[in-house]
Order: sequence, then structure tokens, then C-alpha cells
Amino acid sequence: MSATVQDAPAPAPAPERKPEPDRPSYLQQVLDSTTTTVVVAILIALGLAAVLVVAADAASQDALSYVFARPADFFEAAWNAIYETYSALFRGAIFDYQAEGARRIRPITETMVSSVPLILAGLGLGIGFRSGLFNIGAQGQVLVGAAAAAYLGFTLDLPVVAHVVVACLGAVVAGGIWAGIAGFLKARTGASEVIVTIMLNSIALYLVSYLLTTAVLRQPGSTRPITPPVGENAMMPLLLGSQFRLHAGFLVALLAAVGVWWLMERSTLGFRFRAVGANQDAARTAGINVQRVFVSVMLVAGGLAGLGGAMQILGTDRTFQAGSAGSIGFDAITVALLGRSRPLGTVLAALLFGALRAGSPLMQTAAGTPIDLVLVIQAVIVLLIAAPPLVRELSVIHWAATLFGYDRKKAAA
Amino acid sequence: MRLELQGITKRFGSLVANDGIDLTFEPGQIHALLGENGAGKSTMMNVLYGLYQPDAGQIVVDGQPRTFAGPGDAMAAGIGMVHQHFMLIPVFTVAENVVLGHEPVVGGSLIDLAEARRRVKAISDRFGFAVDPDALVEDLPVGVQQRVEIIKALSRDAQVLILDEPTAVLTPQETDELIGIMRQLKDAGTSIVFITHKLREVRAVADTISVIRRGKVVGTASPESSEVELASLMVGRSVSLAVEKPAAEPGEATFQVRDLTVLDVHGNAVVDGVSFDVHRGEILAIAGVQGNGQTELTETILGLDTPTAGQLLLDGVDLGGKKVHEVIEAGVGFVPEDRSSDGLIASFSIAENLILDMHRSAPFARAGSLSPARVAENAAHRVDEFDIRVRSVQDAVSTLSGGNQQKVVLAREMSRPLRLFVASQPTRGLDVGSIEFVHKRIVAERDNGTPVVIVSTELDEVLALADRIAVMYRGKIIGIVEGGQTADRDVLGLMMAGVPLEQAREQAAGHHTALAAADAVAQAEEGAGPAPTTDEEGTA
Repeated sequence: MSATVQDAPAPAPAPERKPEPDRPSYLQQVLDSTTTTVVVAILIALGLAAVLVVAADAASQDALSYVFARPADFFEAAWNAIYETYSALFRGAIFDYQAEGARRIRPITETMVSSVPLILAGLGLGIGFRSGLFNIGAQGQVLVGAAAAAYLGFTLDLPVVAHVVVACLGAVVAGGIWAGIAGFLKARTGASEVIVTIMLNSIALYLVSYLLTTAVLRQPGSTRPITPPVGENAMMPLLLGSQFRLHAGFLVALLAAVGVWWLMERSTLGFRFRAVGANQDAARTAGINVQRVFVSVMLVAGGLAGLGGAMQILGTDRTFQAGSAGSIGFDAITVALLGRSRPLGTVLAALLFGALRAGSPLMQTAAGTPIDLVLVIQAVIVLLIAAPPLVRELSVIHWAATLFGYDRKKAAA
Repeated sequence: MRLELQGITKRFGSLVANDGIDLTFEPGQIHALLGENGAGKSTMMNVLYGLYQPDAGQIVVDGQPRTFAGPGDAMAAGIGMVHQHFMLIPVFTVAENVVLGHEPVVGGSLIDLAEARRRVKAISDRFGFAVDPDALVEDLPVGVQQRVEIIKALSRDAQVLILDEPTAVLTPQETDELIGIMRQLKDAGTSIVFITHKLREVRAVADTISVIRRGKVVGTASPESSEVELASLMVGRSVSLAVEKPAAEPGEATFQVRDLTVLDVHGNAVVDGVSFDVHRGEILAIAGVQGNGQTELTETILGLDTPTAGQLLLDGVDLGGKKVHEVIEAGVGFVPEDRSSDGLIASFSIAENLILDMHRSAPFARAGSLSPARVAENAAHRVDEFDIRVRSVQDAVSTLSGGNQQKVVLAREMSRPLRLFVASQPTRGLDVGSIEFVHKRIVAERDNGTPVVIVSTELDEVLALADRIAVMYRGKIIGIVEGGQTADRDVLGLMMAGVPLEQAREQAAGHHTALAAADAVAQAEEGAGPAPTTDEEGTA
């Protein structure tokens, strides 16, 4: 008998679970960032932008050359530059206290108009993020949606309401199919949705650019790659009369936000989306068809992005060209991340980006601050939000976030 | 080089992964560490390799206490490790992989690839590895990649080589070759720490065997020990796990498995012609050392795997090839082996987890819309019924302890009318109180008239629960015996080592193990008076 028993095993809790909990996925970490960190990120971005404003301001540069002799001069000049920039931004984006009458509220309506496509595309991306799909393809989905809406808008001639509804539905279908390609490829072959959607962005751009040179989209008799204007009945109705550009698309976007909230929080489909996003293995074991969820998520996300594209044409532009989508699809990624992929957060983030977009022209003309400053603000926000593991280690953010009641341990839990 | 671990303790939160481990690795010996998955082997090796810092205890090299802040320190001290999952760069050549991290340099900054090749060739020739230094690692078979890992360790003058589950990825032929390599290395004076849960290999190659269970070294054995002794040590012995259960009243056999065969991705039969019946009101336990096809069997029942051949008849309907949700809707309750990865969604609330596989249907959903009120109401009931300790059912399930998490899984799977209940490792990682509760619920489900299948690698659990016991070995059912008082540990242990039933009975009759003898003594004492059933707590 060669075996010696030193001691029989105690029925103690066995070391079964993995010693270290799995690190949450990158996406999960981004989505878990708290409201406080988001707010702090925005404030820091505005602060950094202020430094750039001062650095670019001629008066401040002059005052800086003798800052040790008369520091007050420098601070006065710097303050003036910052004040002028941000007050112009405010007047351009929210409330123009220097204007007369109804024009004073025009800036806020412009902000709302700019935010409409961002809200819709951002909502779609948020659904993808929460379902574990990193859809980078909103740009292409917006573009095909806009193209479809424009095509249905100028080829058909339908009665009031019907026309705009048909054009919007066409955009939803086009965007949905475009994103659905990526979902289908992921489900069938495991192809990375990141790569496929990026490629589809390029394909969408060159496809519509080509179609704009053919009779399909190009205005007859024109040589410019631009569509004819859509019919009167295909335009979104204006909400505040012809003085303002604010159109019913804003209400559509808000309704879509409520709809997405219901989808994700209350519907069985959204339950499956979230389950797949949080733990694919457990979802599969619970009888959820993960492949089908991939496709469904992309269809819904693409549909929303396509609708966002439609709003750009049917709400404001009226004609479609290759540049119609601007950078909506890419800004929407930031919007969705900034809004932590929740509907309310997405709406607020889209309004912030809409405000930056609406306010920047006045900032340039009134304060002489380069319009690129807005891009810097956006970029810094992206950096602070989208690199959570990096950012959480930056002590300045910690320090600032703690001031605002951010608790690292609570956030980690 | 003589390497000692003295009283190594490593905790993760409340979990004690290593509990006062004392081990000595003598030079020129193959020392096998035997234990089930999760017994704490890997944690211990990670402590030894400097990846974890021990909470107590020390590592002693040739009489000198050492601390390893990282793998670099461990390597410098002459410890090499071959991980279960290779740490190789697939697009690099063998030579590049071997020198990675300590590249020979010429002219100040250029890698001396000729020198790298020479090093690989020297080691390869010395041991007859036949590895081409210029081959790309991704082009090599798994067995050769493993040799590259070994060369990598040897090229850094490793005197102690840790092999973590080295045969898990190898074919039988490659395993034989590896055993040959291990013997050669040993003859050359290298000590080898061989981590595994495969009994045959241990007996074939080890000089010393230490068995680890629940974070402790529970015994040492020589390679002459029989497999049944090793198996008993590994899965443990009489812990007081008795479940008071009335005798089974089996009804008709409503779940019938017929010639079930499942192939893995490489085309090997992981479940090989398995047939058994489960009757209503009966618990069939599937015993066996881990990795003998039990996981694949249960996953095939649930529809996660597709059978290559054979049938899974539930009330006469074949479940084979059906989708998971169809199997669930057919009335199959399933407790997966690994609750944290397959049973629960950590970030979801307790209430949501309690309806995870029932979220489509009434009463929780109508016309695609979930009713939060009903979901919460259901959660309140289940939490009550299963005595799940929660602050709020809206808290994330990850805030619960392991025992309470398992109760959530169990509560969910038992909260609908079942026609078959399948549970894999239902009490893995649970404390005694939770184990008892889970066992009671499983017996209650049986008494409802549900056929129950339990898969467990813990012999104690099998003996406590089973009305009949099927032993699985290499994908086959090697025999089915009656459970309860008549079940013989030695027979089961032999069967778990692959000895067919009749032979096992003969061998067991003539050769009782020390463990069985100890059991007999304990039982006699228990009969005489209130003997300590868990005497180990006194000695620990």
C-alpha cells in the first residue's frame, strides 16, 4: 500500500471560479463609464479648448510676451478670448441675446435640426454596442438611407403624408439591408462586423457617387452629381413656420428614442439583444439563437441610421449628393458612446454635438476662433470617453471626477 | 536544483485557491501533480512562476528562500514553464520564437539569427526533437509546437520544467512521444513538474505523485499505486454528504439514449455509442474522471452539439438535432457545468436571470413585450422558495455568492414543468450548506416523477444522489451499477480508470484499498456512536 493519506479533504468551498474575474470587454468598459465621467470629460474638453483659444489669440500672445511685467494684461486678454469664443458658441447654438424677436431662439432650433440625424444614427449604433456588435458602418447606412429617400422623393408623386412616409420607409429598408449584410456575414461566416461595416462605408460612398453620375440619381440635364429636389409632399413638415428650419424629424427622432428604450428594456427581442451582448455562451445555453440576433441587431441599427439619412434630405437638404451624409455616421459613434448607448444619453449627446455644429460658424465669424476648435473639442471628448482603461489611470481625471462625486470603487463594482 | 514550496497559500477574495501547500521537487525526478480541474494546480504553478504573489508561505530554491516578482525572476532562477495554451507567435520561425525576449545580438542591434538557429539545433539534436529552426510555428503540428516551447525553456537553462496539462492537446501518438521526451530530460538531470488529471499518463511516467484537491495536497503516492487509489484520492472520500432520500419509485423509462455518438472538430468520437435509459422518478448519475465525454453528452442533450449518430428519445420524440429552445420547450431543465460562463449573465439582474430561458412566453411576455411586474413577482417567489439570499432581485446576479448563484440557476430550471432534468456538476464550488440544499431539491424533483440525470466527477456526490450510476470512460459508458448502499467505491474507482464492470468487481473483491478500509472503519465508528464524520477538520 503505497498511498498515504495526509488529510481527507475538507468540504470547504473549492477554488472553482477563475481566480481573476474576466476583464469586461473593451466595449463593456466604455459603456460602463458613469455619467460623472462623461460630464467630466466634456468639461475637460472645453477646458483644453480654452487653452487652445488663448494660444491662438493674437492679443493674448502679445500680452504673454510681457506677462511677468504686467500679468493682469495677459489674463485679461486670455479671458476676453475665451469669453468671446464661448459666448459666440452659445449665441450660435442656444440663444442669441443680441438678436431681435423670434430670431433670438433660432440658434436652439438649429441645434435641434443638426441633432436629428445624429440621434437616429446614434440610437442604432447604441443598440449594436449593447448587443456586442461594434458597428462602424453608420456612415454607409446613413448614405444609402439618404439616397433611397431622395430617390423615392423625386421619382414618386404621392399625396401628402403618404409620400414622406414612403420615402422614410424606403430609407429604413435601405439602411437596414446595408447593415444587414454585415450582420448576415457575421452570423454565417463569423466575419468581423468592424471590418465589414468599414468596407461597406466605402462601397456605399462609391456606389452613390457612381449612381449620381447616371440617370438613376442625377438631375436630368445637369452635369453636376446631384439629384433633383424631392417633391413638396416628401418634405418633413416644418414645426415653427418658415422662419425656422426645425422640422417634424426632431419629433420622429424623439419617438425613435422612446421606441428604442422600449425595445431594449421591455421587449423580448431587446432582452435577447442584451443577453447576447453580455454573455453569448449563456445566451446560447438559454436557447437564444445568437446568429439570428446578430442579423436582427444590424437590421434595426441600419434601419435607424438609414432613417437618419432620410432626415438630412427630407428635413433640410432637399437634394442629395455624395457629401450629404457629411460625417454624421462617424459623429454618431461618438454620440452613442458619449450617451453610453442609452436612448436618453444618446439624445443629450446628439444635442451637444448638434450645438457644437450649429454654434461653430458664429464662433468663427464673431470671435475669430477657427471652426476647427469644435473638432478639437469633439476629439478630446472621444479620447476621454473611448479610452476608459487609459483615462481611468489619469490622475487628473480621477481628481476631477472625485470632486464631482465619482467613486472609483463603485464604478469598478 | 531542489525546489520547495513551503506553506503556500493564495486567496482570491474569500476563495482559498491554495491552502498551505507543501511540496518538494527533487532534481532529476518527474513529479506529477494530479487533481481535477479547479483543484488549485494552476494557481500554484502561477505562484511558482511568479505570476501570482502568495499570501503566505515561501518558495525555496536549493535551500535559499526566493521571491519571484514575475516570470523573469522565475526563469532566472532556472524555472521554465510550458503553458497549456502555447505562448508562441505563429508567424515567427521556431528560432525567432525560441530567442524571443533574450535575442542574441550582432553589431550592436541586429538579431543574430544564425546564433538563434544554432541554439535551437543544439537542443533539438541533443534530445532528438527533429525541429526545423526555420519552420514557421503556425505550420507545425501541435505536438511539435509543444517541443518548441520545451526548447524555449531549455534554452534559458531551465532546471525545473513545469508542464501544465501538456497532453490535453495531443493525440495518443504525440503523447507517447512527449513521454519519451520527458524521460530523456529527466535522464539529463532536469526535474519535471507534470500537471495533469489523466491517471494513465501519471502512472506511466511519474516518479512521485502528489494529489491536490480543493487547494490542498491531500496525499502523495508512488507510481505503483493502482489507478483506483489515485482516482479515489482525486475525487475524495467519505465527506458527510448523505442525503436523506426515500427509496426511488421508478416509473417507465421516458428518456432513452440510443447509440449516441458525437464527434469533436477533429473527428474524434468524444461520445462513443452511448446508450442508457432514465426512468421517471429516478436519478441516474454519470460518474467519471473529467474529460471523458460527459460535457459533450449533456451539451448534446440540450442541443448545443449535434449528434453524429444515435437518438435521444424523450417520451418517444428524438431530441437529436433540435435547437436549444425547442429542447427547453420540450420540458428539459438544464444546469450547465460552468454556471458563470453558461448559466448566468453576470451583468443581468437576478430577476432577469431567473427568466433567461423563459423570456419568450407567458406569463413573462405577451406579444413580444416583457412584463417587468411579472418578472419581479416571479423572482420574489423563486428567491423565497429557494432561499436565495439577496438584497434586491434587481441587483446584478454577480453580486451573489457562488452558492446563491447556483440556486438562481436551479430555481430557474426547476420553475417550469419538467419532463427531464439534467444537471452537470450541480454543486461544484459550493459550501456544504448549499450542497445539501441543492441535493434536496434534486431529490425533490425526482420525487415529482421527473427523470433526472446528474453528471458529477465527485464520487461522494454520485453516491449520495444516485439511484443508478453509469460510469463514463473515454466517451463510452463502461458499465451501469445500482446506487445506494450496494455501490462499491472500489468498483466505481476501477471503472473510472477504464476497467470493465465484471473485472472491476473481481479486482475490488481481492484488493481493497486503504481508502475503502478507512471508510469501513469510519462507518463502524459511526455505528458505535457520534463519531466525527469530518475528522479532517480537526487535523487541518
